[in-house]
Formats: sequence, structure tokens, C-alpha cells
Amino acid sequence: MVHYKNAGRTAFLIFNYLFLIVTALICLLPFINLLAISFSSSAAVSAGRVTFWPIDFTTMSYQFDLSGGKFLRSISVSIERTILGVAVNLLFMILTAYPLSKTKSKVAGRNLYMTFFVITMLINGGLIPSYLVVVKAGLRNSIWSLIIPGALPVYNMIILMNFMRGLPEEIEEAALIDGASPIQVLIKVLLPILKPALATVGLFCIVGHWNDWFGAMIYIDNPDKYPLQTYLQTMLLNFEQLMQRSGTDYTQLLALMNARTGRAAQLFLGALPIMLIYPFLQKYFTKGLVLGSVKG
Amino acid sequence: MLRKIKNQWQYHLMLLPGIIVVLIFSYIPLYGLIIAFEKYNPGLGFHSRWVGFENFKYVFNQPNFIRTIWNTFYIAFFKIIGGIIVPVTFALLLNEVAHNKIKRIFQTIVYLPNFLSWVIMAGILMDVLATDGVVNQFLGIFGIEPISFLGSTAIFPWTMIISDIWKGFGFGTIVYLAALTSIDPGLYEAASVDGANRFKQVLKITLPLLFPTIILMTVLSLGNVLNAGFDQIYNLYSPVVYQSGDIIDTYVYRLGIQQAQYSVGTAIGLFKSVVSCVMVCLSLVLADKVAKYKIF
Repeated sequence: MVHYKNAGRTAFLIFNYLFLIVTALICLLPFINLLAISFSSSAAVSAGRVTFWPIDFTTMSYQFDLSGGKFLRSISVSIERTILGVAVNLLFMILTAYPLSKTKSKVAGRNLYMTFFVITMLINGGLIPSYLVVVKAGLRNSIWSLIIPGALPVYNMIILMNFMRGLPEEIEEAALIDGASPIQVLIKVLLPILKPALATVGLFCIVGHWNDWFGAMIYIDNPDKYPLQTYLQTMLLNFEQLMQRSGTDYTQLLALMNARTGRAAQLFLGALPIMLIYPFLQKYFTKGLVLGSVKG
Repeated sequence: MLRKIKNQWQYHLMLLPGIIVVLIFSYIPLYGLIIAFEKYNPGLGFHSRWVGFENFKYVFNQPNFIRTIWNTFYIAFFKIIGGIIVPVTFALLLNEVAHNKIKRIFQTIVYLPNFLSWVIMAGILMDVLATDGVVNQFLGIFGIEPISFLGSTAIFPWTMIISDIWKGFGFGTIVYLAALTSIDPGLYEAASVDGANRFKQVLKITLPLLFPTIILMTVLSLGNVLNAGFDQIYNLYSPVVYQSGDIIDTYVYRLGIQQAQYSVGTAIGLFKSVVSCVMVCLSLVLADKVAKYKIF
């Protein structure tokens, strides 16, 4: 890169840095505001004195959230759902992507299969017919209603398929000549090499499952079985009721925290897992982007 | 070298689970669209009494429906436009930063909101945009009266458009930055030898080379002209702003799922799918013709 040393360039660079910093702050400050509110007292928040630093520091909101059984239960539902869901996703994606990564001369009908899957990315039955099918399948009120209908994420499967296509053919060829069957080749030869690709698509699936709130809202009737995001959704407007019904004296509680501080603490805890895996997400995402754009 | 692979049938066996799931949960709902032309009866399922275009007539005679289409189109249109301009600008300016580490820090910050669910983002926005929230406190410094970002019919759509761009522009930035780094630095060196300043270089080299990516991203987003963002709007709207904020998807949800008017809801869904499908097909053809890009 060529560097310039003149006044105009310097002025531009200063302006540019200012612009970038302001934009980055716009992205960052709402989260800092959330964090500050969650650690502030109800009086300070109600008076509008909290901006980006906690006032009258207290962990009361966190204590309240974590002592209520429903919040923790919804986290455990989310963890269960994410683990099961991602395991199912990976299994379906691996099994589907592998045959599709072959040419049609090796797997008869490959292009037909491919069309079969790709069509579902272009058109779908929409909300209501899908809802009716899931209900008809007897999945209603079961955690599987959040896992089975989306067991095969087609877009991620295509990313994985492109990854497999990028591997040199000799790797498999040797094993096949030695008389190994396709399933043996997949398990013993390909899976170890595919770890980075599986991490990439696996991370997307983790985020998808962790963030989904709508599925449980329509398929699960009992709020005690809601995953975290669905629970948080109901809490957006109903936190006050939660405080009133908590058993502790409401006015006493209100002196320490209010719906805004309590909700802020919940939201921060709900976002925390994503923030923790974010460094990996970012690293693998760029990789996935490059892979996804490879022509299939 | 092509030799007969042992156990070819295993490839087809591997495809079976994926095919079954997609068949049940993607293709059967497609068939289920038929209830848009029927009067749905839970006992009869997808083979209820045929009523032709009755449901469509009913929907288009609803006073609120045309308004809903307009709102959807309006919000989605400006989201698409802003979703191109903002990331392109940000990527171009970020590209002027010479230090890779600083570049990465900015990238990391602006990309984070992308991975958080709309439930969490809605909770944050409800706090930040409240009449006594930080945004209004900040505007107050300049003597601006508190604005009801989520409760005013005139402002609500723009709150949706801007907050959506805010959440999503980090993704576009990474896509465009990837395209920018792939530009041959030799071109810039040659230009600067010829006496072109940095601004001229951006105008004559960077933008033309970035153009195919911009076209591609635009074309790909055309399929979304009727997707105004259910997750976002559902979590932020209220009956007060239905006038300008109710979109097709939220309307279908209230009518179809909450009021169990399955046939009418499906009719609207079908109408939306047909429009979207035409746009997707059109955009695929355009992507191929204009940007020479084959997606599959």
C-alpha cells in the first residue's frame, strides 16, 4: 500500500477514524447501557440517571432472576434443545452432503436429489400449512417439534457439500480401491478432515437453535417448557407480573430493583452464551462465507 | 480413473433420512397450500370443502389488508436500500485503515448484533428508545422533545428500518471487505505512479471492481421485498402502530394462528409466496445475466 503525506490525506484520515469510532459506539453503547441498567438500583433507573455506568451498584436484579425457577428452567430447556438439535442437524447434514458432493456419474440421480433439496429453499408452504403438518405429526408440546422439522438445514448442508467438493479426490480414491464402502470412507477418512467445516456449520446451527423463540411459541402450550428466548419474549412485557407473583413483598422488592433492571439482567444473561462463542463464530463465519460462494 | 465403487447403494441410503424429513416438513406443507382454496375443517384436514377463490376475496375485502401489503413493501424496500448503502460505505471507509488489527476490532464490534436474537435486541431497543431512554436523553441535550420511537405511527416504520440496518450491516461489511481485500494492490500502485490520488483510486479502481458484488447482493435481496422482518416487528410493535407497522407476516400470524382462521391465513401466505417466488426467480436470472453468478 502506498502512503501519502499531505494535509488533505491527514484530514481525511482523522475524519475517517472519527466516523468509524462513532459508528462502532452506536453498535456498542446500547449493550453497555443494558449492562449498566442491570447493575443499577431501581431508583437510579427510574430517575433516568443511568447511562453507561451502573449507579448505586447492586446485583439484586441478577439474584432475583436466578432465584426464580422459571428462568433457570428455560435455560436448561434451551441447552437441551441446542445440544439435541445440533447433533441431529450435523447427522443429517453429513449424511446428505456426502452423496451430493459426488458427481452424477458416481451417484446416479445426484442432480435430481440436489434439485429436490434446493427447491425447498426457493418455495415453502408458509407458516400455517407447516404448523398444521407439525401438529398432525403429533409433535405438539414436545421438544422434538423444535428439532425434527428443521433437521436438515439445506443452506448449511450446501456449504458442507462445497467443502467436501474442495477436497482432493485422491484422499477417498485410495480407500475405495482398497475395498472400503462409502460409509466406511465417510466415517474413517472424511470426518477427521472435515472437522473445521463441521465446526463452521455446527456453530451456525448452535446460534439458530439458541436464538429461536418462535417455534416454541406456536408449538408448546406450557410456558414451563419454553426455551430461554421464548421465555424472554414473554417477559418483554410481563416482567412486572413476575415480580408481583414472586412471593417477596412487592413494594420492598421495588425499592431494590424494577422491571427494567430485572429484564436487563435477563437479557444480558440470555445474550452471554452467544457473546462467549462469538470469537469462534467470527473466525469460522468468514471461512463459511468463502466456502458458500464456491460454485456448487 | 473411474472404477465401480463397491456398495453404491449406500450413497442412496445416506440420502434417505434427509429426503424423508424434507418430504414431510417441506413438501407436504407445499401441498397443504391447497387449503387456501378450501374452508378448512380440522376433521377433514387438507381435503376440506372446496370454495375456490372465496378466501382471497374475503382477504382483499378486509380494510386492513391493503394497508398491510403497503407497510410490508415500504419497510422491506428501505431495509434493502439501506442494507446496501450502509455496509458498502462502511467497508470502503474501513478499508482506508492501514492497520489490520484496528480494522479487525471495528469489524468485530459492528458484527456482534448480527448474532443476537430479535427478542434480545427488542428488549434492548425498548430500553434505549424509551421516552426516558438514553437516545432521548441524548437528543434532549440539543433541546429536542422526547420522541416516541415505538409508539408513533409516523416514526415506527423508520425505527424498524434503521434498527434493522443497525443490527445487520456488520454482515454486509464483512462481505464487501472480503471483496475489497481481493483487489490486486498492484493496480493501486500503478495508479499512484500515474499520479492518481487516493480518492481518484477509489472512484476508478475500487468501486468498479466492487460493483459485481454490490449487484449480486442487491439482486439476492430482491426476493425479500415482502419480508419486512417478522421477528423484529412482532417483538416491537403494538396495536397503537398497526396503522403503519403491521406487516403481512404479523397479520397472518394473528389471523391464522391466534384466531385459527387457517384457510384465510394460508391464502395470504400463498399470495406472498407467489410474489416472493417470482422475485426470487427474477433475481436468479438477473444474477446470472448481470453479475455472471450462478448460485447453484
